[in-house]
Amino acid sequence: MSQSHNHKLPYDETVQCVQCGYCLPACPTYQTMERETHSPRGRINLVKMAAEGQLTLDELKGPIDLCLGCRACETACPSGVEYGKILEGARDVLADHQASKTPKPLRFAQKVMFQNVFPDSKKLRLAADAIWMYQKSGLQRMAQKGKLTHILPENLWAFEEVLPEVSSPSERRHRPTAFQPPAGKAARFKVAFFTGCIMDAIFEKVNRLSMELLALAGCEVVVIQEQTCCGALHAHAGRRDETIMLAKQNIQAFEKLDVDFIVNNAGGCGAQLVEYHHLFHGDVEWEVRAKAFVAKTRDITQVLAECQLPLIKPVSAIVTYQRSCHMTNVQKVTKEPVELIRQIPGVTFRDMADPNICCGSAGIYNVVHYEASMDVLDAKMETVKDTQASVIVTTNPGCLLQMKLGVQREGKTGEMRAVHLIELLAEACGLEV
Amino acid sequence: MAYTKVDQGILDRLRQIIPEPKRLLTEKQDLAGYSFDASFGTYWPEVVIQPKSTAEVAAVMKLANAEKIPVYPRGQSTSLSGGPLPVEGGIVLDLSKMNHKLEVVADDLIAIVSPGVLTAAIHEAAEMVGLMYPPDPSSSAVSTIGGNLAENSGGPLGLKYGVTKDYVLGLEVVTPEGEIIRTGGRTVKNVTGYDLTKLLVGSEGTLGVITEATLQLIPKPPAAATMLAIFDDIVTSGEAISKVLTSGILPAKMEIMDQACIVAVESYQPLGLPVDAEAVILIEVDGHPRAVEEEIRQAAEICERIGARKVQIASTAAERANLWKARKMVSPAITRVKPTKISEDATVPRSQIPAMFARLKQIREKYQVNLVVFGHAGDGNLHPNIVADKRDKEEMQRVEKAVEEIFAAAIELGGTLSGEHGIGNMKAPFMEMELGAVGLNMMKRIKDSWDPNHIMNPGKIFPAPGQRLNLTEG
Repeated sequence: MSQSHNHKLPYDETVQCVQCGYCLPACPTYQTMERETHSPRGRINLVKMAAEGQLTLDELKGPIDLCLGCRACETACPSGVEYGKILEGARDVLADHQASKTPKPLRFAQKVMFQNVFPDSKKLRLAADAIWMYQKSGLQRMAQKGKLTHILPENLWAFEEVLPEVSSPSERRHRPTAFQPPAGKAARFKVAFFTGCIMDAIFEKVNRLSMELLALAGCEVVVIQEQTCCGALHAHAGRRDETIMLAKQNIQAFEKLDVDFIVNNAGGCGAQLVEYHHLFHGDVEWEVRAKAFVAKTRDITQVLAECQLPLIKPVSAIVTYQRSCHMTNVQKVTKEPVELIRQIPGVTFRDMADPNICCGSAGIYNVVHYEASMDVLDAKMETVKDTQASVIVTTNPGCLLQMKLGVQREGKTGEMRAVHLIELLAEACGLEV
Repeated sequence: MAYTKVDQGILDRLRQIIPEPKRLLTEKQDLAGYSFDASFGTYWPEVVIQPKSTAEVAAVMKLANAEKIPVYPRGQSTSLSGGPLPVEGGIVLDLSKMNHKLEVVADDLIAIVSPGVLTAAIHEAAEMVGLMYPPDPSSSAVSTIGGNLAENSGGPLGLKYGVTKDYVLGLEVVTPEGEIIRTGGRTVKNVTGYDLTKLLVGSEGTLGVITEATLQLIPKPPAAATMLAIFDDIVTSGEAISKVLTSGILPAKMEIMDQACIVAVESYQPLGLPVDAEAVILIEVDGHPRAVEEEIRQAAEICERIGARKVQIASTAAERANLWKARKMVSPAITRVKPTKISEDATVPRSQIPAMFARLKQIREKYQVNLVVFGHAGDGNLHPNIVADKRDKEEMQRVEKAVEEIFAAAIELGGTLSGEHGIGNMKAPFMEMELGAVGLNMMKRIKDSWDPNHIMNPGKIFPAPGQRLNLTEG
């Protein structure tokens, strides 16, 4: 082995790969970028070569950065390669390596976002207030009309246009902290709701509807203030220490409650939550506490599918479902969302081709690697259009924004809409959406 | 052989042939992705080219031949024998992006395909019109038809339907000198001159680059049924296999798993198979629904009569999938034991299957290796798989010896080095053992006349002087 062997890279995990290539058809970037550099086994090989000192970290960086992290390759792998661990391990090392090279102001901005904004619900609330002001005051209309938004780079204004109408500050501040089943209906489960950071700021409405639906389905719901961001964005950026800190805060907050489940409605957050115990290898006390937390964690569709929802209002539409990669490949929740969609009266469910291929959203990938992400999205939209669906269901905020952007890019605004599954279920239950 | 290195001048000329810059890769992190396949070793190409037309392939070959640069055609690199490895550097020709044509002509029962088309896509297109392309290598969801043709891939259905070469009617090929030729045609019967089609199929990319193929399709059988039989000892299972095949039944598939496989599967994901049994056999028949029902019942009766411990029949698709699960679990189960998998495909005459199993058992004990055996029992094509850890040099040396002895055993029993994976670089040292010096030399003469400058996939099939099996480096 070469002298420059890098012991921090996850070498042992890469050795498990037999390079059979069964992951290739599952990988969105191999399909759009058309080279092994951007295939799962290609990336695993690069990490291995970098660990052996055959490649530099600078040579490794591009292909690792351009991975969506959808982990569809893990589901396809017949040899049980833990790609998620390899990816995150490589990102940790690259983040350290990169820290010394990143210009100071940018490093500071990243630190502020990761340490002070995502974990702080107050700051996120203020940001949401600002967006609400911008949307309601007519500023947004003016800015869009005059293409003022285009002074931003395309990767930012594109998303500005598809942001949902955020809830007003008073709606958000006066949301109850507990929801009860309808009078006369005995509580089936007692659940704590995990609000998430961005979800609760930008998609507060979906959060509120989630709690109302859970109550309607017969759950007693509590929302606690001590919870914080799940840490997924930090983990994906290779910021391990901060990820662990956030995980500890959430575990501590929720273990005090006597509930059956800890319920979330965002595929990406849920995936981070169900892998909390991976963060504490070797720390017996925290590993045990994390496992108890994980055992109670559920995606909302798992709970709703076990209860009875009063789906009283037909939704006459062809509906297709863009799966959240992390819900499919990490949480392994696949049946329940489809079951729920099919239960809605009036709905014709039609699957798209390759439904498990990522939409290209992938956390903040679509902002950081805008063009690569749009290539993935455009390929996805072709399969969506083939279904002739007028409703695209999603189960994760990132996917939701991305699919909204997809609808807009295809010029289908008005005839096609992207929604969170919760919004569609709420509509069918006659809730005010 | 001294080859020319790819320098700036040659790159400039290649860039004139390949107009899109993104289809010509020279960055180190890109070349790394083309330095391996699913077998052994790391060999760096000097440049990777992704051609999209026959004209581009021909122009690259002309240049490479004039300059004496080795060329390595490649599909999606699922090869288990080193087929696409650029062992002498040079140019890797990635044909997986040349996938524009998949045309099924139902009335002629043929499909015309580009080399980069996935095997599974051909299966699907044929089935859409009630037809079938039978060759079914287990990698068919990933492998390209070009790779299948070069390696003459098989699969479980080989027992009843034959292998890739049995379904090729014609080829378009770019010769090592950059000329474009067509072999065969669109008809099943064709005796015009030498059968170059069959010569090229299975030539492992050493005689030319296949740029289009005309494949034969057959009507798809409407029904199938599967059965599983558990045997206390492997010799009895061998008798059952022979008895079924001589009772007027030709199953579509006949697969076997040995005790080591059963133990691995049960400790990975228990399916309720008895770990003290020596063999599990899976039999699938296809055809007319009534024939299928009758044949699977007969096969089950034969197994019971010969002495199977237990027999299970499945007729619905879901039940069938459940029985096949045991076989599908083998690969994931054994890689959990140790990470490095050496997958061989030594093949023996059917009647020698029990003898081969006995030899493999001795080899396992003699070299203390984790050897499991599964495979296509009906046609004698076994897959002895050794799982090891390539970081353990001492273990890998024992594996080398075990592999050498597996080859020797297969040949002694009247069989062959390779049933379906190909020779590549790893098995080249054993060619003379099977073919004899003159037999191998006749092949060499064909190679010399097709490829006078030895630029097509050099380092494969024919051993270098003194070359031996090496699993311990890289």
